[in-house]
Formats: sequence, structure tokens, C-alpha cells
Amino acid sequence: MLKELRPAIVILVALTIVTGLVYPLTITGAARLLFPYQAQGSLIAQGNKIVGSALIGQQFTSDKYFHGRPSATTGPDPKDASKTVPAPYNAANSGGSNLGPTSKVLADRVKADVEKLKGENPSQPVPVDLVTTSGSGLDPDISPAAALFQVPRVAKARGLPEDRVRALVAAQTEGRLMGWLGEPRVNVLRLNLALDQGGGR
Amino acid sequence: MTVFGWAQIILFCAIVVALAPLLGGYMTRVFSGERTFLSPVLQPVEAGFYRLAGVDKNHEQHWLSYAIAMLLFNAGGFFLLYGLMRLQTLLPFNPADQSAVAPDLSFNTAMSFVTNTNWQNYGGESTMSYLVQMLGLTSQNFLSAATGIALAMALVRGFARTSARTVGNFWVDVVRCTLYVLLPICIPVALVLIWQGIPQTLGASIDATTLEGAHQTIAVGPVASQVVIKMLGTNGGGFFNANAAHPFENPTALSNLIQMVLIFALGAAMTNVFGRMVGNQRQGWAILAAMGVLFLAGVAVCYWAEANGTTLLDSLGLAGGNMEGKEVRFGIVASALFAVVTTAASCGAVNAMHDSFTALGGMIPLINMELGEIVIGGVGAGLYGMLLFVIVTMFIAGLMVGRTPEYVGKKIDAREVKMAMLAILVLPLVMLGWTAVAVVYPPAVASMGNAGPHGFSEVLYAFTSQAANNGSAFAGLTGNTLFYNLTGAVTMFLGRFWMIVPAMAIAGALAAKRKVAVSSGTFPTTGVLFVGLLIGVILIVGGLTFFPALALGPIVEHLAMQSGSLF
Repeated sequence: MLKELRPAIVILVALTIVTGLVYPLTITGAARLLFPYQAQGSLIAQGNKIVGSALIGQQFTSDKYFHGRPSATTGPDPKDASKTVPAPYNAANSGGSNLGPTSKVLADRVKADVEKLKGENPSQPVPVDLVTTSGSGLDPDISPAAALFQVPRVAKARGLPEDRVRALVAAQTEGRLMGWLGEPRVNVLRLNLALDQGGGR
Repeated sequence: MTVFGWAQIILFCAIVVALAPLLGGYMTRVFSGERTFLSPVLQPVEAGFYRLAGVDKNHEQHWLSYAIAMLLFNAGGFFLLYGLMRLQTLLPFNPADQSAVAPDLSFNTAMSFVTNTNWQNYGGESTMSYLVQMLGLTSQNFLSAATGIALAMALVRGFARTSARTVGNFWVDVVRCTLYVLLPICIPVALVLIWQGIPQTLGASIDATTLEGAHQTIAVGPVASQVVIKMLGTNGGGFFNANAAHPFENPTALSNLIQMVLIFALGAAMTNVFGRMVGNQRQGWAILAAMGVLFLAGVAVCYWAEANGTTLLDSLGLAGGNMEGKEVRFGIVASALFAVVTTAASCGAVNAMHDSFTALGGMIPLINMELGEIVIGGVGAGLYGMLLFVIVTMFIAGLMVGRTPEYVGKKIDAREVKMAMLAILVLPLVMLGWTAVAVVYPPAVASMGNAGPHGFSEVLYAFTSQAANNGSAFAGLTGNTLFYNLTGAVTMFLGRFWMIVPAMAIAGALAAKRKVAVSSGTFPTTGVLFVGLLIGVILIVGGLTFFPALALGPIVEHLAMQSGSLF
């Protein structure tokens, strides 16, 4: 057994350094060189201000903006750091609701959200992704149906013709990769930026 | 269910099957010590390691020395990781000033990463410094995977060799696996994933001001380098709390496909390595076929259940399936497929919250783990787990015809069957045993995030996942408590090493045996009959053991859901 002690220590230390320092630092260097935008987190800047990441959803409440999905992320309670309080789209603490299919809490939440959305746009069926929380709580996307559902509200708040807003949604809709992989989607932050930058005026 | 959905599933399966013989051929050469295209670069590094460590690469070990070497290596890894977490405040690369990780959480986490489980009672972005993520967690992702593959190689050599006293050299297997197999795949794939949008930076969190003027702190870090190996090594521990559901860990449909392929790549290739080393690739394909049947059955049920949605969503007229806990870019099919892949293998990464799956959809991951993750399985662990079932299957087949069982030319004697049963029985013992304790211990019950049968499922899932070294969770359960940290660590330890030591004993016993010639009385193990029998044994052993527990959890919950009950 003692005979194996030296290799145990040496091989462990050597492989730990190779896989735990050399490898990640090499990748970090290569990433900075090859894909600096992605490596930093796909950040979107306006002037010298960072307004978010193209991959990370953010909270929208104003009628003038398209809203993302409900988010179940939490953050520390400002009054008592040992407790947590709801903090939607907290990108420093990702997570889902983890509520199961027979959860009363989930049922009440979904029912309330459906009622609210029906009031906003009674003419269309409520899209399921607008009343369910995502796994990460940071989902940057909504389905095309969920974007189109919100068009009347956004158009009214901005005093724009609905067709124009609808065209903007269509322009921001990403299809399946190679027509095959994934699901069609609309990036909410990009869509709202497009609204702000000209499309909305 | 849609045509698009099934097209994605078929594409995924085709890639895995196509890769198996390619990777299998390469790995066979690596572990036989033959030259590969990387040898000119890596051989000097490898030789340097052996010189420093005083290892003679031509000296082979008896199974017992092999097992001791493995245990020492893992014990060292455990203490190193534990120390890094406890001392992270004193060490560099901690831009977010994370405080020292608590002793019980460090204990659980160190055990979790050394056993290839990657159960996480912590949120990565809110607990660990970059140094711990790299030097502690990323490195153990590599080393626990290399350990698993090395052990599987020892068992394969047991089947392949004749009248041998040794099963290989653990140090050589671990070093070769890391340098020749894991790193050369990780480096290019990490870059592809960064191109897809996964961050890789040592910079601190980003402070953003949202369009509505709110403040958003966006956690980043050296993510890509860890994500690749967490998938390839079937580890599964996320850089972030939400794991592969987090857009920074899994930004696109393509990154999702790549990650699923990574999870299965080495496990599927190991079946081919086995076939090659025992001299008949069809032996490997037969095992892969049995795995494939069980896998597709799981995918079909899970996809169907999630696409069908829940009674609640139906009653509100919400179409499109059960999207609670799922990401829009993956939708129903890629979430259901990922859930089955990650639990068929012992990965445990999740791209959707399993806790919010329908009762039946969530039962499939549970069953996958209860069967011991032998459907592809963990890297290495899947193959030796499956070979244990093969031994039991051949024993039963032998009983039916009254003949001493044999497999790939080796007689299976009482000792091997006993060892196989010992290893197989440990899983239900710890999974069901701890669940039984937890549901009558009030502090453990208080951790449940959901009421009713779903709360029971959360606890059952927790111990099942840890015993099977999976690491995925019904994450509503609050796991970071003294009870779950300690019992979980014990569970993971038993699930890993109680399986390994009997498997190694079998390897040693088999290696010592002579080959018996194939005769007309030999049961062919490359045909449909064998595949069917193997699947039957797996399902009967698993079914009989776990049906009562499943009836109390997901099955009763499904019936309650259909009758409109809420908890």
C-alpha cells in the first residue's frame, strides 16, 4: 500500500494542475483571442453602458415593452440576509420554481397569470410559455406566439400600428436551426431594443 | 409529439451510434498502449509523469493493488477538494469574495465530485470561487471520469485475458485516459461551445442596467471549460445553479445537441472497446442494442408525458405541453430527451427542472437511475454495471438449461454471481433505506419543496440520484441541511465504491480463468435472444425492487392529478 502512496500524490497533483489550471487557462486565453464577445458573456452595450446580455433574460413590466416569461429566481432579503425573497431574473442566482404537476401553489399562480393575460388580449389563446416559469429563471426567449400575443398591448402603449409591431416580431423570430433543431423563438431583449431603436418610432 | 421532435431524437441516436466504433477503436489503442496520432506530442508528457511518480508503465497490478491504488487516488482527490473549498477565501481567483464553504456542505460536495456524482447542494455562482470551480471541481470532473474508465478497462481485461494474474496498471490507465481521451476531446469542443455563447472569462460578474433602468448582476466565469468535461465525463455538476438550463451553460439548440452527444459518447464507445478486446465487436453491439431498446422506451414515455401536459394546464386551455421549468429554446422534446439521456448515463446535468415534470415524465429519470444507470451509463461505470447484469443473466440462462454459464469464453462460477449480486443489491439498499429514514425524520420531511406524493418523490429522487452517482435532482428539496449533506455523502460513497470493489474482484477472478472453447452448447451472446433476455432480467430485477416505492410517488401522483387533486 505504501508503494502506491508516491504515485497517488504525484499523479493526483500533476493531473490536477493540468486539468484544473493549464486546461481552463489555455481555453480562457484562446477564447479571448477567438471569440471575445461570447467569452465575456455576449454583452450588449448602449454607449458606454451595458444594458444586459443577449443570452440572459431581464425583467420587463412596462406596457411599452414585450415581457419575458415569469421567473422564479430569488435573491437575499434586503432586511434579513439569511432569508430569500422573489427576485425575478436574478442573474446571480439562477433556478426554477421546482413546483410539481399537482402543486396548489403552481395552480394558483398559473390561474392568476392566465386571468391577467386574458384581460389584456381576449382575442387569442394564452401561450403556455407566458404563464410558466423557465428552468433557469433567465430564459431570454419567448415563443413567436407569445410575442404576437403581446402585440396589441405594445402597439397601443407606443401609439404604433399593430402591423408594424408584428413585422418587427417577425424580423426578430429565429427559426429552427437548419430547419430541424430546437424551437422557434424570439429574444425578448433584442426585440425590445429593436423597438426602442427606430422600429418603435 | 411531433415529427420535428422525433427527427431530433433520431438524429441524436444516429450520431451516438456512428461515433461509438470510431471512439471505441481509438480508445482500444490508447489502453493497449499502442501508438496514436497524438503520441508524438503526449508521450514525453506521459513519460515525465511516470518518472516523477516512480511508476513503471510496464509493471501491471493484481486486482487488489489496482483497487488500492484507485482508492488512494480518490481519497487524495477528496481531501484536496475539501481543503480548497474550506480555504477559498485565502486563495486567488475569488472576485466575488465568496466566503468559505461550510464543513458539512464541503464534505458532501467533495464526496459528490470524487464519486462522479456531482450532486449539488449549493448554487455554483453564489458559493464557489473561480479557483474552486477550476482547480477543484473541473479537475475532479476529469479525474473521477478517468477513474471510472480505468476500472471498466480492468474488468474488460478480466474478460479478455487468459490465465493472467494482473488486470493492468491503474496509474497508466488514469494518465492515458486523461491525456489521450478526455483532454483532446474537451479542448476543441470547449471552443465550439464558446462560439455558441458559453462564457469563458476570469473577470468578475457584470453589472448591467436593464432597459427599464433596473440593476442586474450577471454572473460569468470560466464556464465552457467546465461544461465540456461535466458532459463528456458524465459528471453533470453545473457551473451555475440552474445547470444546463442556464443560457450561459447551454445557449442554443446546437450546444444542447453537442452536450447530449458528449454525455453518451464515451459510454457508448466503451461497449465497442469491450467487443474489440474480447475479440468480437458484435459482443459490444449486443450490449449497446440492449441499452438502446431501454433508452428509446424511456424517451418515448417521457416525451409523450411532457407533450401531453398536465391536467391543470389542460383545464386552463393552455396547449403546447408542460412548459413549467423548461426553456423556450429547447421546448418539450429537447428537454424530455435531455432528461432521459442524463439519467440513462450517470451525468445528472439538467436542461429543465425535473421536479416540474409531469408525474410519469419525471418517473422515467427515476427508473433509469434505479436500474443502476446501465443504459450507456456513467463513463466506465455504465459498462461495468451492465456487465454485472450480464453475469446474472447468463447465470439465469444457465439455470434454465442446467449448464454452467459462460460468457465470452469465461466460465461464470458461484463467486462471480455472488459478487455481481452484492454490487447490484447495494443500490436498492441505500436508495430505499435512506428514503425510508428520511420520510419519518421530521427535519428531513421539512426539506420537501412540494406537498403530497410529490414531496415523497423528491426524497426518493434525492437518494436514488446520489446512490446511482447521477447528481440530478428534484431540486425543490432543500438539500443543504446537515441531514441531507451527511446522509447524501454516505450514499454517494456506498453507491460508487461498494459497486467498484466487487466488480474489481470479478475482474481479478475472470482474468485468472482459462478460455473455454465455443461448442454447440454455448449460449450465443450476440443475438436477439440474448438481448431480450438481458433486458428482461434488468426490468424484472429493477421492477420488482422499486415498484412499491414508485407506486407511492409518481404513480399515485399521476392518478391524483387525473382526478384533479392538488396538494
